[in-house]
Amino acid sequence: MRLGKGGQIDRNQRIAFRFDGHRYEGFAGDTLASALLANGQRLLARSFKYHRPRGVLTAGSEEPNALVTIGQGGAQEPNVRATVQELHEGLEARSQNAWPSLELDLLAVNDLAAPFLAAGFYYKTFMWPRAFWEKLYEPLIRRAAGLGALSVQNNEDRYERVFAHCDLLVIGAGPAGLMAALTAARAGADVILCDEDTRTGGRLNAETHEVAGQPGADWAASVTAELEAMPNVRVLTRTTVTGAYDQGTYGALERLALGVAARKGAPREAFWRIVARRAVLAAGALERPVAFRNNDRPGVMMAGALRAYVNRWAVSPGRAVTVFGNNDDAHRTAADLLAAGVHVAALIDSRADAVTDLDIPFFKGGQVCDAHGRKGLEAISIATTSGIEKIRTDCLAMSGGWNPTVHLTCHMNGRPTWNAGLASFVPTPGAIPGLVTAGACNGTMSTHGCLAEGARVAAEVLGDLGMKAPDVALPQAEDAPYRITPLWTVPGKGRAWLDFQNDVTVKDVKQAAVENFRSVEHMKRYTTQGMATDQGKNSNVAALAVLADATGRGIPETGTTTFRPPYVPVSIAAMGAGAQGAGFAPQRFTTSHRASVAAGAPMIEAGLWYRPGYFPKDGETTWRQSCDREVGMVRNAVGVCDVSTLGKIDIKGPGAAALLDFVYTNMFSTLPEGRVRYGLMLREDGHVMDDGTTARLGPDHFVMTTTTAAAGQVMKHLEFAQQALRPDLDVSICSVTEHWAQFAVAGPKARDLLNGLLDSPIDDAAWPFMACGPVALQGVAGRLFRISFSGEHAYEVAVPARYGDSLFRLLVSCAEALGGGAYGLEALNVLRIEKGFITHAEIHGRTTAFDIGMQKMLSAKKDFIGKAAAARPGLVDPDREQLVGLKPVGAVKQLTAGAHLFDRDAPATRENDQGYVTSVGFSPTLETFLGLAFLKQGRTRHGEVIRMVDHLRGVETLCEVCDPVFFDPEGGRARG
Amino acid sequence: MRITCPICGERDRREFYYQGDAVALRRPEVDDTPEEWDAYLHLRDNPAGVTRDLWYHETGCGAWLVVTRNTVTHEVLGSVLARDAAGGAA
Amino acid sequence: MADASLSLVPLTPCAGLLPLTVGALSLSEVEPGHLTAIAPLRGKGAALAAAFKAAHGLDWPAPNRATGGDDARAVWFGHAHVLLMGPAPDPSLAAQASLTDVSDGWATVLLQGAGAADVLARITPIDLRPGMFQPGHTARTELLHMQSAIIRLSDDAFLIMGFRSMARTMVHDLKIAMEGVEARRAG
Repeated sequence: MRLGKGGQIDRNQRIAFRFDGHRYEGFAGDTLASALLANGQRLLARSFKYHRPRGVLTAGSEEPNALVTIGQGGAQEPNVRATVQELHEGLEARSQNAWPSLELDLLAVNDLAAPFLAAGFYYKTFMWPRAFWEKLYEPLIRRAAGLGALSVQNNEDRYERVFAHCDLLVIGAGPAGLMAALTAARAGADVILCDEDTRTGGRLNAETHEVAGQPGADWAASVTAELEAMPNVRVLTRTTVTGAYDQGTYGALERLALGVAARKGAPREAFWRIVARRAVLAAGALERPVAFRNNDRPGVMMAGALRAYVNRWAVSPGRAVTVFGNNDDAHRTAADLLAAGVHVAALIDSRADAVTDLDIPFFKGGQVCDAHGRKGLEAISIATTSGIEKIRTDCLAMSGGWNPTVHLTCHMNGRPTWNAGLASFVPTPGAIPGLVTAGACNGTMSTHGCLAEGARVAAEVLGDLGMKAPDVALPQAEDAPYRITPLWTVPGKGRAWLDFQNDVTVKDVKQAAVENFRSVEHMKRYTTQGMATDQGKNSNVAALAVLADATGRGIPETGTTTFRPPYVPVSIAAMGAGAQGAGFAPQRFTTSHRASVAAGAPMIEAGLWYRPGYFPKDGETTWRQSCDREVGMVRNAVGVCDVSTLGKIDIKGPGAAALLDFVYTNMFSTLPEGRVRYGLMLREDGHVMDDGTTARLGPDHFVMTTTTAAAGQVMKHLEFAQQALRPDLDVSICSVTEHWAQFAVAGPKARDLLNGLLDSPIDDAAWPFMACGPVALQGVAGRLFRISFSGEHAYEVAVPARYGDSLFRLLVSCAEALGGGAYGLEALNVLRIEKGFITHAEIHGRTTAFDIGMQKMLSAKKDFIGKAAAARPGLVDPDREQLVGLKPVGAVKQLTAGAHLFDRDAPATRENDQGYVTSVGFSPTLETFLGLAFLKQGRTRHGEVIRMVDHLRGVETLCEVCDPVFFDPEGGRARG
Repeated sequence: MRITCPICGERDRREFYYQGDAVALRRPEVDDTPEEWDAYLHLRDNPAGVTRDLWYHETGCGAWLVVTRNTVTHEVLGSVLARDAAGGAA
Repeated sequence: MADASLSLVPLTPCAGLLPLTVGALSLSEVEPGHLTAIAPLRGKGAALAAAFKAAHGLDWPAPNRATGGDDARAVWFGHAHVLLMGPAPDPSLAAQASLTDVSDGWATVLLQGAGAADVLARITPIDLRPGMFQPGHTARTELLHMQSAIIRLSDDAFLIMGFRSMARTMVHDLKIAMEGVEARRAG
């Protein structure tokens, strides 16, 4: 019911929205919850387990009941708390966890079956027959219990990540936070002030308190205006600080204002990572319920929340309201209701010594012991010294006291401290390095106390930062004492709710204790108390008070469960912000990318790179046709392939040769200028890290080539070898991968092709196999290497990358004129398999130089990384799996990579495993499938017929073991 | 988490690559005993407390660092360049 | 016969990708001229700084700093290198340093306009506050997932360098960030 006046709403701006298809109207400034309450809608949700009717309990992010689903399709968001969802035109909200409807939820039968569904029921029931669990019980339980559902569609909304740095982060913009921010800001500190509400002020927006002689909300607005005008201050509303992390890092979730989020290119949410030299936690306090029978009925809500609805949103959730509490604060609720003209049917204070001067029915020492009305509160029963009294009421405001919001102080393993006077946990000082607490979250409950403490801690922080605290006048405010006598549960029959969200009752916690789940952490997991979106914000302290009582311990000895980040639910989309779509990982494109795509080449992801798989020609309908043609082209004419993705590292300086000798197993200091050598690189543990060629371009100048896959790893390794192991060497290591576009030109006509392009022709005498040096093409300075990964007479030509696109087109055009053309990764792979050349399919991290047959490359004349370990007996054991070639000789003529090898007549079981296949390809040159494999004692088994079994693909064949070099074993083609 | 690079100053942890115990700086001689090599390659303490680790400022300046930190409190106590640590206290 | 009439034509790393304007923010490609990675030889630091000053008129930059201007700039470029942007390196430097031509390895873009620092704050974790990262300051840092170098030219202008092969991603990431900043502006 909307009150006739007051509130921080704009009555001139009506907003239409829908809930479960019904059309409603609210005002600008409303939340979905306040607007629904204004429309008299009390039933908003069904509970998690028992499908009990539920209404609004709170007015903040801690709401356990009023969870709804917002939006449609990919933008659909489940479990949105109606209490923080801003109302906007066209908002569509739907209730969750009810079937067929919120009003008539057939699954509410669970509530009748409650005796069988108590805590731990699924650990005890549904145990037999075993096979029924997966097929029957679990799907049934999952369907019946739960919160909202995902749309399982792609979310097109944008999410943003932001990094921010400041001297002081103030968490919470209530009276304490505002004073802390103001004090620090006036001193010139860089301040970030965050508050999860749409406006600053905290409880000042919900109370009638005056500050500095004006309404508290107005004071907050004026301070905020001053802060926002300062260049050293950033005020972030709608921003919840969700976690405290190491070295002053904080995570914060910002929900953008609706008007902003609707703009083109705007994010829906932003996840902030704030690095703060100091932080002030001024997060306030959360009110806790009292557990009594049926205290979850729609219409029962927190007293502080009710004041917020009355004062901030001008909504009375009832026509005849009752108030029940154990502390002075609850009395304010009755006073505010009366001031707003709402009928107060009774004030019940469980304290025997309570007093009031309000002119309403007052039950001193009374306790509400039952709530009546299934889908909405109709009446309450009050236990008094003279018996049970029943009062008609449609709204009960309850207060069990306030819990300081200590959560963030526990994020780095800190434990809060019990304060008996407040009957609450308060933060333990120093729990988060650099963070101090102020205001209600520190147990300071009056407005004056909060203001004073905010100013005081800011002055302390400024001192730490070496800044001078300014004089900031402390505004006048109420300083009423906060008196409380703990009341956790009201004795009596029936179910009294502790955790509304997880349907955990007092009985469940007691049952946990009976079954010896006495640790609070065990109780939590057994009952599910404190889980899901509210993380026990409403229920934790009361639940552990019940547990303490049931186990005969005090609350401090019982302790709390661990509060972990995030403080409020954070969508995965927000946490992963920036990584949607193309933001997921960088895409690396070669200079020939455009030409390759234009030629119809399907691009294959190779790490971050995109490389052409093959270049289809007219009439080719399968990749194999293209691949076979491209292989033949290289073997018989000339092919061109972009090899720019290989890592290229310039190594220069007087220590360059010595560094190479140290990182390669073989010698490089002896390499003549103008020559290239194949090198093998080990990890220190003796296994192969990478291989490649290194060219000597000058006395102190080498250029190393790495594999595409290991380029980053090798760079890191070289830097480590130089900086950490050989700092004595004067060497410069500089990646030039990106600077050079490099193309393989391979095939019998390779030199013919190049001589048509190079400014000075080359011949075999000056450019023998493994020669290198500078060349010029149309006046452009490049590098030429006579190296071969195909086994053919081949070169790699490199030019500055700006010319890569046109050189590729030129090379391909020339190759085509010679009967060749471009070739892709598929052909490249077949060509190297025919030659038995290895890639990271073979040097996959578990193979040694011995395994790949390169033990002779381990120089005896020098130390090198991996030398000691490579010589260990286990790494040169003849029984190890060794690189071999395979050819299919059985009925099936196919080989598959990943298949395992077995003796011909042995069962294909793990015990009989003899090795595995690493690479396969169909060789058009030899007209057969070829495979590279690792086989136990493989080098001694050439000629043997073994069995290949691919359990995964269901392929099995016999194959002949042979030398891994299938084609041109003498290497004459590359040298010729 | 924040790590102070001796060259670049305090930076976000995401700029750094974690390698492992700084024992890797104390490389044995090639003909040292298998036991020494085994210890160097494979044996690592797992202290609840202060530890010295190698980090690489991978997306920053490219320096290898020795970072001293506390595995219990997560404090980062200091950092030096690996090339200095290797030359000195290695 | 081969179509040798095809000639070698240079393309810039961001060809076809830039310029780009989003509200008050603009992103454009810069052609910085020669890029040379200079690594001082042991014990030659002082001599190199002097030769560098004499040859190019530039102060040798301290770590995390850049000297010079649009025509010639010296940018600290990591633990081992300084990047000379603009002129070809004077041959006299070779006696004191290892010189590596990386001219074609980097995509260099200029981000400018009110809120440029806010754009960068969406993709780099470094502290960009005016007092902490001033004109003439530079950082090797992460740009979303990429290695980069960032040089502040003025309050609202930054030179940003990323790998040539990742130019498309760099432009994409900057564009998204620019749109996010622009969308937040009032109005």
